[in-house]
Amino acid sequence: MTTKVSFTLNGEAVSAEVDSRTLLVEMIRENLGKTGTHVGCDTSQCGACVIHLDGRSVKSCTMLAVQAEGADVATIEGVATNGKLHPMQEAFREHHGLQCGYCTPGMIMSSLDLVKQNPDPDEKQIREWLEGNLCRCTGYQNIVRAVKAGAQAMRADD
Amino acid sequence: MTENGIGAAVRRKEDHRFITGKGQYVDDINRPNQLYAVILRSPLAHGKIKSLETDAAKAAPGVVAVFTGADMAAAGVGGLPCGWGITSSDGSPMAEPGHPPLAVDVVHHVGDQVAVVLAETKAAARDAVELIEVDYDDLPAVASLDAAGAEGAPLVWDDAPGNICFDWEIGDAAATDAAFAKAAQVVSIDIVNNRLIANAMEPRAAIGDYDSGKDEYTLFTTSQNPHVIRMLMGAFVLGIPEHKLRVVSPDVGGGFGSKIFHYAEEAIVTWASKQVDRPVKWTADRSESFISDAHGRDHVSHAELALSEDGEFLGLRVDTRANLGAYLSTFGPAVPTILYATLLAGTYKTPAIHARVRGMFTHTVPVDAYRGAGRPEASYLLERLVDRAAKVTGIDPIELRRRNFIKPDEFPYQTPVALEYDIGDYDAAVDKALELADYDNFAQRREESASRGKLRGVGIATYIEACGIAPSNVAGALGARAGLYEAGTVRVNPTGSVSVFTGSHSHGQGHETTFAQLVTEALGVDFDNVSIVHGDTAKVPFGMGTYGSRSAAVGGVALMNALEKIRTKSRKIAAHLLEASAEDIEFKDGKLTVVGTDRSVAFGDVAMAAYVPHNYPLDTLEPGLEETAFYDPKNFTFPAGCHICEVEIDPDTGVVDVVSFTAADDFGRIINPMIVEGQVHGGVTQGIGQALYEQCVYDDSGQLLSGSMMDYCLPRADNLPNFAVTTNVTPCTHNVLGVKGCGEAGAIGTPPAVINAVVNALSEYKIDDMPMPATPERVWQAIQSATN
Ligand code: FES
Ligand code: FES
Repeated sequence: MTTKVSFTLNGEAVSAEVDSRTLLVEMIRENLGKTGTHVGCDTSQCGACVIHLDGRSVKSCTMLAVQAEGADVATIEGVATNGKLHPMQEAFREHHGLQCGYCTPGMIMSSLDLVKQNPDPDEKQIREWLEGNLCRCTGYQNIVRAVKAGAQAMRADD
Repeated sequence: MTENGIGAAVRRKEDHRFITGKGQYVDDINRPNQLYAVILRSPLAHGKIKSLETDAAKAAPGVVAVFTGADMAAAGVGGLPCGWGITSSDGSPMAEPGHPPLAVDVVHHVGDQVAVVLAETKAAARDAVELIEVDYDDLPAVASLDAAGAEGAPLVWDDAPGNICFDWEIGDAAATDAAFAKAAQVVSIDIVNNRLIANAMEPRAAIGDYDSGKDEYTLFTTSQNPHVIRMLMGAFVLGIPEHKLRVVSPDVGGGFGSKIFHYAEEAIVTWASKQVDRPVKWTADRSESFISDAHGRDHVSHAELALSEDGEFLGLRVDTRANLGAYLSTFGPAVPTILYATLLAGTYKTPAIHARVRGMFTHTVPVDAYRGAGRPEASYLLERLVDRAAKVTGIDPIELRRRNFIKPDEFPYQTPVALEYDIGDYDAAVDKALELADYDNFAQRREESASRGKLRGVGIATYIEACGIAPSNVAGALGARAGLYEAGTVRVNPTGSVSVFTGSHSHGQGHETTFAQLVTEALGVDFDNVSIVHGDTAKVPFGMGTYGSRSAAVGGVALMNALEKIRTKSRKIAAHLLEASAEDIEFKDGKLTVVGTDRSVAFGDVAMAAYVPHNYPLDTLEPGLEETAFYDPKNFTFPAGCHICEVEIDPDTGVVDVVSFTAADDFGRIINPMIVEGQVHGGVTQGIGQALYEQCVYDDSGQLLSGSMMDYCLPRADNLPNFAVTTNVTPCTHNVLGVKGCGEAGAIGTPPAVINAVVNALSEYKIDDMPMPATPERVWQAIQSATN
């Protein structure tokens, strides 16, 4: 059975006919063609799929597309504005917070929510917050550095 | 140093697409009119397929086709080949069972491919797979080395008695016996190297796309070496000549070895695409990755070290059994032999070494290279043994190591196990590591921990690895069935920008940046005017790919050689334009200048002259500016180093906390220190993972118990400290870059450093062994048995 699901994606109204069992991440990737959000597991463990739903970070593999009806959804593709990188994106590059890049969209989306809730997180808070995001490449050290620097740059921008 | 040249911490070119969500991984690719493949896998470790009923699946909504092993066999599809042959010590070749992409009659491990469903949607394919009815005869299985080697054990393959694939040896047994006969003391250890699963964050995926108009195939695949896949799949499995088969590995989300190998799914989608004349896409679920990606490690060893009165190593004897899984993966047999036992000399002058290695079949997923591949197993065994020797002899572990190190003036050094090390300075690495780790003040920190009720321990390990694989003739003599050179093409475009085509493949290593640094260094071309192309057999002339920390040492050197050809030709063109002699032309700041004059021509003008050859020495020089080099290394490279770990253990819970970790590594000359440091962080983390968290567990019937990320524990951000990383450079003597490779070192030196630290922390309980992973339960149990 298919259902029409509509929501706002990175500020634009979108909709698609999906199976009622379709996961939100599948709709985003397959139906809406936004492939920056990744799938790294099938047990809600890796965080490669993290997006923002109504301003909070969620694992988009862990909810159905129909649950996003009417929501405000943001993915990695919407983070840079008018071709200008967000300070958190800049920080990931500057501090070598990525290698293969597969975990990166989820890491950035998670980190943005962290900074929203805690504008000046210390290293321990960052490590604990990112506990739900796996990275197999970086050993996290440079991700933590990047998040710290990104948060600082965001404070400076405010 | 040229800005953005060799040695600069240049920020990465590739990052922009990844941080904006524009990376293009295989699963991000969709081909028009594509079908989705879902594979039915064996739920049993060993079973005979009595019947396989696919009619209901074929009739299910959205299903286009269902294929089984019988269909592929009837079409003449071959088995997945093994790329390395090992000869047993009695001269017989290894047992080499067939490995059909879809099982025929018998399944040999949980996850073995049984059938494939192609449907219009992934969901439809998934539903239909459930409708396939297979009736199995459940046969007895062996999952562990002990079970496989037991008297009367069920056989994985009838023609491999005792489940032995090969019984191989290296070194001089008689000399080693003689060394033991004169030893003042002998120290021994039993070592298990735990089985691991690579778990690159991107699951494997493949799209087969057959073009019936041209009778050509394209395979998009998550591979570290697309040319190798083209060669293996084209020649051995599907019989497609190279010119009809293009293999593309676009952005790949980490590999760590697990994406080197030619996998069944690649052949299945490519073949199936032709059968239905539509593109066929397959993407693994993580659960599938666990039961179909090649696993790593899984050794059981006994080792003995003979020492003189004053702690000089006299001889080393090692007996290892290595689990190869049910089938031979691409490099499976090479890992516990050539890549392992040849490293048993470590950083030491042990004059006599003998190792016996038995490769054994079990009803488990094939085992192959995982970050370090053989070298972590060697270094773990040796460094645990040396620490134990320190304890037995009462010699300080660092002093004992130093006494036995090969000294800087003793290179080149021929080990008793085939390798000739070219250069190194192991004392210098130890000195750096000790200083950075503030080793001298460890006692104070131990006291401070004790005041909080915690047990603190420090562990040291040195390591050496053989990278830059390999001189092809040597590898060939050792059983390799392919060459191991690398290729690179430099195309200078008419306006002077540069496109590089490299056979190395980047899946996180940052080649698009480091290789561009080489171009900038060699030609003075602006960094932004260089692009690096990799991962497409239609674009890159040839390539053996990226693994074994070989990209800089082999691919980078091939590129340097191609650049040298460009420089030579450019000088000739400039000489013509400047009316000088080519020998008098030098490259300087992006210009070619007549030495000692101010007469020069910009590199871009040289390029333009090559493509618009109006004023050009056409009678002696071809137009155009493009050069290719194939580079076959003269020797392996030998990165080495010293790692120091400090742990704190909570005796009440057994939880081990890594509180500090220091790495001092010698990777030779460094192209981009930022990237190298990142590689070390990642490697160390995987090493800590092996030492403390990761364990692939099969039950006795061959069911994988650690089959998800909820059951297989990967290191997370809050498990780790910041690492202190430094380098000590002795440049490789036999390649123009002086580079050695850095990708695996972290995973090699770390496990013994961590476990030595754990054992050290537990010394008051007289605990002298701790298996990996040192989980809270194991540590707590050990403390309990020691105190009760
Ligand atoms: S895909 Fe792994 S948590 Fe969502
Ligand atoms: S950068 Fe590869 S998984 Fe994080």
